[in-house]
Amino acid sequence: MAQEKFDCIIVGAGPAGLSAGYTLAKAGLSAVIIERGDYPGAKTVMGGILYSQAIGEIIPDFYKEAPLERPITEQRVMVLTGESSLQLGYKTKEFAQAPYNSFSVLRAQFDGWFAQKVDQAGVMVIPKTVVDTVLKENNRVVGIQTEQGETLYGDCVLACDGINSLLSQKAGLHQEWQPQDVALAVKEVLTLPKEKIQDRFNLENNQGCAIEFMGTISKGMTGIGFLYTNKESISLGIGCLLSDYQKSLIKPYDLIEEVKSHPAIKRFIDGAKTEEYLAHLIPEGGFYRLPPLYTDGMLVCGDAALLVNSIHREGSNLAMKSGVLAAQTVIEAKGRKDFSSKTLSSYKKRLQKSFVIQDLKKYRKMPQLLHTRNELFSRYPQLASEIAAELLRVDGRPKAEKEKKIIKKIFETHSLCGWGKMLFDFWRATR
Amino acid sequence: MKVEEKLFKTKFKADAHEHCHLKIKDREICLKCDTKPCTAFCPAQVYTWEKDKIIVGYENCLECGSCRIACPYYNIEWRYPRGGFGVQYRMG
Repeated sequence: MAQEKFDCIIVGAGPAGLSAGYTLAKAGLSAVIIERGDYPGAKTVMGGILYSQAIGEIIPDFYKEAPLERPITEQRVMVLTGESSLQLGYKTKEFAQAPYNSFSVLRAQFDGWFAQKVDQAGVMVIPKTVVDTVLKENNRVVGIQTEQGETLYGDCVLACDGINSLLSQKAGLHQEWQPQDVALAVKEVLTLPKEKIQDRFNLENNQGCAIEFMGTISKGMTGIGFLYTNKESISLGIGCLLSDYQKSLIKPYDLIEEVKSHPAIKRFIDGAKTEEYLAHLIPEGGFYRLPPLYTDGMLVCGDAALLVNSIHREGSNLAMKSGVLAAQTVIEAKGRKDFSSKTLSSYKKRLQKSFVIQDLKKYRKMPQLLHTRNELFSRYPQLASEIAAELLRVDGRPKAEKEKKIIKKIFETHSLCGWGKMLFDFWRATR
Repeated sequence: MKVEEKLFKTKFKADAHEHCHLKIKDREICLKCDTKPCTAFCPAQVYTWEKDKIIVGYENCLECGSCRIACPYYNIEWRYPRGGFGVQYRMG
């Protein structure tokens, strides 16, 4: 690497870094993106839903050329218990038309395409390079050093290096995450012929289905599973809080096997072949756990800043938005020739004005509530399943008797006061 | 499907042993650790306990970072594999 100076050095070629790079290039600033993987996408994992709005703000016609799988036209939520499932779904043709709402994607392919667009816009993406640490002068970040000892200088460094952002730790922005701040997700991509996918999920050629599931399937751990249809494969996975894994000693690869054998899932993937097995940490801490987002000469974006709305399972769109807002901040700082934390603090203000921090703030009490309301992953789904069974089973008993039994079950779980408090807690946690 | 079979489906470019990116800081601490959660939560079964010793199969590491955060004694030194090495997701 030559000893030249860039306006901005971006670490990590994921959605945050690439969005920032693209925005900077379009504004005529000089930037470089450094990626540790063999190619952009080699190290990235996500459940698999990409939201059109975020990428569309950057590349409006993305859906005409990007390697996407299926537009998501149907979303279902399933509560899985023992051998049973309770379901709710919504399907609309509206989501099958431009500008589309979301797509299933395979990130290794999508990131490769996005990186190419950034490259064409004029920002070089350098792969196979690990950034070891930041360079500081007079306590402000002035560049980076690679593991090979090469140095690169820039007015500003963007840490877009994901949940394992060793760089922002080394820059002194925050300490290590806690096990309750992250969920460990494991995923398999299972190949299945297109016709089978469309038959099993009741889809047309240009339609896709996204299913989230929760319940006793996570064995009392705070967790959510997902199943997304791709063109000719299925992304199936489950994520649970790392702190719960740490306590329960459940093995994630055993858990995903149990998911695969649940009657509500099994037939969907029958005959499908596991093509890839993946694991990744997902930020779950929410608003109260957000680390400092800037310091002199440096900004943190995407997962590296824990910018994930886990309630709505949105992450890549927050990463893209934060990348764009970080780039706009750098453009402003360049105009002022001032990259001090005072100028860069406008990054936080921009995030606060956008959906990114507003959504995180709305659900700020949720992570704590999910820790304490463990019944959500044990007693409640069990109760819901039992109520459904009781209502639907025709067994010659009078309905009034059934109703009594259901009411009894409900109040065995909580008193009226207890249920009131539970509802109030959840209502308040979203206000 | 066993974890070994799962890992077989994922592509890795393993680096030489001297560049191993996972290190146990103090092996004595593992002896004192009751539950050894790393042997359970690691999604790639990188950590196994064999004959009073923790074995680190770094070649199969999926680079999720769990062990760095959830080792109860913060006894695992976690770095990225060298540039271009380690897991190579083809689908993601």
